[in-house]
Amino acid sequence: MGLDNAWWWEMAADDKLGIQRCQGCQTLRHPPRPMCGDCHSLEWDTVEASGKGSICSYTVLRHPQFPGYEYPLVIVLVDLEEGTRVTSQLVGCEPEDVDFGLQVEMLIQRDPDGFKLPVFKLAGNA
Amino acid sequence: MPISLKDEAAIAGIGLTDFSKQSGVSELSLAVQCIKSACDDAGISPGEIDGLVTYTLDSSDEVEVARAVGAGDLSFFSQINYGGGAAVGTIAQAAMAVATGQATNVVCYRAMNGRSGKRMGQGVSGDISSSDLIHWSWYTPYGMLIPGSWIAMVANKYMHRYGVTREDLGRVAMSQRNHALRNPRAYGYGKPLTMEQYLNSKQIAEPLCIYDFCQETDGACAIMVTSAERARDLKQKPAIIRAVTQASSRGQEQMTSYYRDELISLPEMELAAKRIYDMSGLGPNDIDAACLYDAFTSEIIMQLESFGFCGAGEGKYLVREGALDIDGRLPNNTHGGLISEGYIHGMNNIAEGVRLIRCDSTSQPEKLVEHVLVSSGVGVPTGAMILGRC
Repeated sequence: MGLDNAWWWEMAADDKLGIQRCQGCQTLRHPPRPMCGDCHSLEWDTVEASGKGSICSYTVLRHPQFPGYEYPLVIVLVDLEEGTRVTSQLVGCEPEDVDFGLQVEMLIQRDPDGFKLPVFKLAGNA
Repeated sequence: MPISLKDEAAIAGIGLTDFSKQSGVSELSLAVQCIKSACDDAGISPGEIDGLVTYTLDSSDEVEVARAVGAGDLSFFSQINYGGGAAVGTIAQAAMAVATGQATNVVCYRAMNGRSGKRMGQGVSGDISSSDLIHWSWYTPYGMLIPGSWIAMVANKYMHRYGVTREDLGRVAMSQRNHALRNPRAYGYGKPLTMEQYLNSKQIAEPLCIYDFCQETDGACAIMVTSAERARDLKQKPAIIRAVTQASSRGQEQMTSYYRDELISLPEMELAAKRIYDMSGLGPNDIDAACLYDAFTSEIIMQLESFGFCGAGEGKYLVREGALDIDGRLPNNTHGGLISEGYIHGMNNIAEGVRLIRCDSTSQPEKLVEHVLVSSGVGVPTGAMILGRC
């Protein structure tokens, strides 16, 4: 973690999905970076995302299998309703059930070591 | 008046080591072996080398290489970032150095124990402090640790949007394997690949299976660049650099440009295409063969569109009609490519481009090859060039 992204993980630790917002032109951006590429402002704050979005793309990872992950891993690229995209994991979903365009909702997953990670589930699923 | 790189420089020599899964020697040893070989091929003494270019990922620094191979005084040395995206970029650096008089004989090299040493397929790790490692930190916590996982996200979207099938990817893999069957250097030499094998193979990162991935290889490749004028008087028929460029586009990331509007095209390759066609005065119809960067099969189909050989979404039709085969419209990676010859980070694809111009590929098309297109890594800051006959 560095000075440009630590805040995002701190928001996740607080159970929130953060999006960086330029204070100069109000443009949302992700992944975070220190300057707005549109208006070049260095000033920014954050908004809390609703956590709702749809699946832009996905992949199912099967090999190689690294320690600390449960395979197969369903990885999704989510179009958030705020307009930015985020890469994450789809949990509670069998690989054959994932598809383009499905609605998803964010939840916070807590690792055994206490680290909190924003992940997604299919909308409406428990 | 800006200097155009059109026809200023040429590739006068290529040198390769054996390719294997365990070289048993250091990467520096591989580097100097391939450089000596490139010098011998060109008819230039190592003592005449005055410029060296490699990848930031290469472990053999220029001065170590220079001392070991007995190079002369160096007036130009440079390293290019972004993995396989550096391949043609090294040639662009060398061509600029030659065209501006910074150096006369510039060797570009990549030497790697890519299987027995550090494997690209073993994932990203390290302290998260640089901007590059912070970039990876958006992916590694979710288990996206290997190049295939990053590329699969784009491949899946592209295939879904345009109806590209696994059979289409299989056709790319089989076409290159068929080329490799004639190439004794190649991993795929003597190992035919059938569609049945392809479709039943192990899934790695859906929709990509193991045959969609490039090799992991121990080996090295060097390319000698000098002025086009000087190259005409040397030992080999030169491959003239008609045009060469690097290319990175707005919103570019390394492997994970997921936040641009479109995931189904390669804007950096379209930029490279525009620049090399503008520089050379040539167009897609003038290109007779290609060595398109092929870390993954899906990248080949997408590049056919980026470089204007067909329209958006039409790459699959070219593949289905056999365009990439030896007698096709655009014989591609006639050595087997990174997928079936070996993975020397794209430098071996440049060497094959030179062979095609010299008419000495092990899968030389029957037609006259006037111009060959060579590209660098896909999904990363990249580059492309056109080689031609003198």
